[in-house]
Amino acid sequence: MSAESGGIDVFIGTVRNQTKGKKVLKLDFEAYEPMAISEMYKIAARAFERWPVQKILIHHRTGLLQVGEVPVIIAVSAAHRDAAFEACRYIIDTLKQTVPIWKKESFEDGDVWVAAHP
Amino acid sequence: MKINVLAFGVAKDIFGSGEVSLEMSNDATIYNLKYLLEQQYPRLKQLSSYMVAVNNEYALPGDTIHERDEVAIIPPVSGG
Repeated sequence: MSAESGGIDVFIGTVRNQTKGKKVLKLDFEAYEPMAISEMYKIAARAFERWPVQKILIHHRTGLLQVGEVPVIIAVSAAHRDAAFEACRYIIDTLKQTVPIWKKESFEDGDVWVAAHP
Repeated sequence: MKINVLAFGVAKDIFGSGEVSLEMSNDATIYNLKYLLEQQYPRLKQLSSYMVAVNNEYALPGDTIHERDEVAIIPPVSGG
């Protein structure tokens, strides 16, 4: 945080215990690491271009996560909250579309890769 | 030319491996690659969609592939 910062917007994603009413036991995250990192940098660069933000943090875990654990954290500091809120929302929304990370949900009756099949 | 193709997520399950290799003509495009893969792995066609990355960048169907390119199949992402 810097002296010019008037606010920090933090989004903390957590593993939910159910999807569409089905009980989730755990999640397994896989990343195509080099490309995931490069896509994250692109997202941050676009956010810096579009909003007067000061600092951006994008953090994503891989591997096995239990319900309640934290796979992703986004933090954005800015002089004013509008920029921080908008940039933070943009970053997490775009991450979910372009960053090559996949999650496999484990249910009682088996595992499913999210969003893979129509 | 021989092309190694990395696979992640559901594509890895479909290929049964995180990497497969293909023999392709020297002027092969992403479109040709997809066609060849879908011949060998028909389940690929059941995915809602999938992208191809070349050297860590999303590629377009018309892009050509070169022997030392790092090619990866990118099923629908679900990070966050």
